[in-house]
Amino acid sequence: MTYALLVLVGIMAIVVWWLVRQTVNVKPWMEQRPIEIVDGDGALSLPPVKVGLGVFLAVATSLFALLISAYHMRMLGEDWTRLAVPRVLWLNTGLLFLSSVAMQWTQAAARRGQIDGVKSGLIAAGALTFSFLAGQLWAWQQMDAAGYFLTANPAYSFFYLLTALHGLHLLGGLWVWGKTTAKVLRGVEVGKVRLSVELCTVYWHYLLLVWLVLFAVLLHAHT
Amino acid sequence: MTSVTHDESAYVPPAEVEEPELYHPKTFVGRYIWSQDAKVIAVQYAITAIGIGLVALVLSGIMRLQLGFPHTFSFITPSNYLQFVTMHGMIMVIYLLTALFLGGFGNYLIPLMVGARDMVFPYVNMVSYWVYLFAVLLLVASFFVPGGPTGAGWTLYPPQAILDGTPGHNWGIILMCVSLAFFIIGFTMGGLNYVVTVLQARTRGMTMMRLPLTVWGIFMATVLALLAFPALFVSAIMMTLDQALGTSFFMPALVSKGQHLAYNGGSPVLFQHLFWFFGHPEVYIVALPAFGMVSDLIATHARKNIFGYRMMVWAILAIGGLSFIVWAHHMYVSGMNPYFGFFFATTTLIIAIPTALKVYNWVLTLWRGNIHLTVPMLFAIGFVFTFINGGLTGLFLGNVPVDLPLSDTMFVVAHFHMVMAVSPILVVFGAIYHWYPKVTGRMLNDTLGKFHFWFTFLGTYAIYYPMHYLGILGVPRRYYAVTGTDFIPDSAHSLNEGITIAALIVGAVQVVFLYNLIWSYFKGKPAGGNPWRATTLEWQTPHTPPKHGNFGAELPMVYRWAYDFSVPGAAEDFIPQNQPPSKKARGLEKALDAGEVGPHTAGALGIQKPLGGKP
Repeated sequence: MTYALLVLVGIMAIVVWWLVRQTVNVKPWMEQRPIEIVDGDGALSLPPVKVGLGVFLAVATSLFALLISAYHMRMLGEDWTRLAVPRVLWLNTGLLFLSSVAMQWTQAAARRGQIDGVKSGLIAAGALTFSFLAGQLWAWQQMDAAGYFLTANPAYSFFYLLTALHGLHLLGGLWVWGKTTAKVLRGVEVGKVRLSVELCTVYWHYLLLVWLVLFAVLLHAHT
Repeated sequence: MTSVTHDESAYVPPAEVEEPELYHPKTFVGRYIWSQDAKVIAVQYAITAIGIGLVALVLSGIMRLQLGFPHTFSFITPSNYLQFVTMHGMIMVIYLLTALFLGGFGNYLIPLMVGARDMVFPYVNMVSYWVYLFAVLLLVASFFVPGGPTGAGWTLYPPQAILDGTPGHNWGIILMCVSLAFFIIGFTMGGLNYVVTVLQARTRGMTMMRLPLTVWGIFMATVLALLAFPALFVSAIMMTLDQALGTSFFMPALVSKGQHLAYNGGSPVLFQHLFWFFGHPEVYIVALPAFGMVSDLIATHARKNIFGYRMMVWAILAIGGLSFIVWAHHMYVSGMNPYFGFFFATTTLIIAIPTALKVYNWVLTLWRGNIHLTVPMLFAIGFVFTFINGGLTGLFLGNVPVDLPLSDTMFVVAHFHMVMAVSPILVVFGAIYHWYPKVTGRMLNDTLGKFHFWFTFLGTYAIYYPMHYLGILGVPRRYYAVTGTDFIPDSAHSLNEGITIAALIVGAVQVVFLYNLIWSYFKGKPAGGNPWRATTLEWQTPHTPPKHGNFGAELPMVYRWAYDFSVPGAAEDFIPQNQPPSKKARGLEKALDAGEVGPHTAGALGIQKPLGGKP
């Protein structure tokens, strides 16, 4: 459980650090608040939805850290075998990386107010992400064809489980992407989708990072 | 269902909402069924949680009938008994207490107490409830599937949870795992709301250190739940795959009825680690909201500011952090490395420090307070007693050599029921008596409330005090019947009968509580806006019950912390958080700054100036 604990220590450290920076060291029973007080007492200068995404990513990080911890504990079993990692996963990794780049490019276009750039960026990012998911399914199919389905060995069970959960998270992101893209195609102003694009970008980068860690874990078991 | 137009380029202060007219629901369905109002969602959560909790209460009564009068009731078979134990435990811990504290009280109190119009993501909040309801229905459905619900015990340990000999090893365990997964998805939606609302939607002047401790408790419990529930989610998915598709995450190589099963090499201990990585924080997911609420109940009904507010906040944070590094004290008997046992025993004892600090602060708040023995206060004091008793036996069980012989006995059942069942439930009752007037506009009947308190409080002691003794005698837990066992004397059986009678009485008394809830809704004395003369914002709303949007045209501005009770020289013995300093007091600000008057004079006039601290 070391990995999960390390992640949780990190998250809790952020929580405590933020609270200390807040007003946790003041004496509220003696505290002065002037009448002309301003908005947002100690609130982060971010839209709530961005803070919400940050909290969700902390939850997702806990989930994946626990899975990786479980993976390493289960690896100690004598029945554990080497995982034959399909080569298509390298291609998929490249696709996800490019989708993340496209999302970053889209965000830059949104900040510049270029709706055409946003449109093409979103479409490119979506296409690359769907390609990644198709590639993951192809990897599943390859493994199944080679006789390594879910129950072949715990290494494969974990492979399917990890890739499925990562893919489900991406599908959730694609739902938001779909809503945003639909708005852009309907011709809304760029200001009305800027926040959604920024959220998608953060989420895509996060899922790329998660995939890179998962892939490294799978490769590590492979060697 | 209403939807709020969302122009992402427009700036809206976090506590406000865009276009209030669109925000208000227009239809009955939008107002009460597919409601996005956190208060309605809170009531939906509460009714569902109490409803399923009553099922669990009946199950516990049946279990007690079996234990008190074994071989008397033909409808209680060994399989049924295990199923009832399992469902009772899981329902009470997850579907009642967690849902009621966070989904019920969290939804109702957070927006009101922080001065917001609603949760920050009302639509997601609404979906959260319906997913929760779906999870509950899935769980209930397991009573009606072939084989019935799982009888694996609430910890669902493999391999027995999915082996032939365990009741509900097919559909029962799958439905349980899927239901848990949906519960966690639903909770995550709600939890995001609770955390972000506290962080981002506080009204002007409501700094973190002016939050009532109720909000702190719910906030930290939600953080814990968001980080710990993924462990249960992972366990539930892997268990489902082991059962349904034949993977071997947790299932070792086994021979059952002479047949080699297809499983190979799985680790039951891995499941235990994952389960308790969730399971121990779960204790505090339930306890921290209770800690927060009882702090507010005690301060309000003792007319005294809470003792050591800052320490209370830091204790909540410390308990939250430490709760993640004590999980394996539930696994001393799993054969772990003795050094691990030493580590977890040490952390377990360390977590007693911030917990004890809170107990001292509650007692010191009561000390020389103007104690009003109202029904909420009775329950609050009952909680403090019970939590101390339950906590002390936790010190026993936290030590490895003491835990080993007691681990599988009724001593553990008595301990965790005192600390995790009776204690929080007493707070739930106290909180319902306290906030019911705000929710409905009517007071609960006082006489019935006191009757309910005394029978519940004394009754639970009649149940669980002797149960410790049974445990020390060696009476095992989880057993259908222990008659004919040499080392258990006849007196233990007599004791079991007594416990059962007490349990049935306590269970029956809850009918009085339910009657009071319903009767008072129609016939109760009108409460007015602030019957307890409390300081926090939920009592300062222009309407009682608060309307959609909570605070009318304008959100409140907060000038002070939540515990200005019995301020010397003040006109009343409480000063609401949104009461501005008087003109006279404001005029004194300059004099105070100039050092012409002392801080106590200013405090008496309701002005909060630092005594030299940070402005």
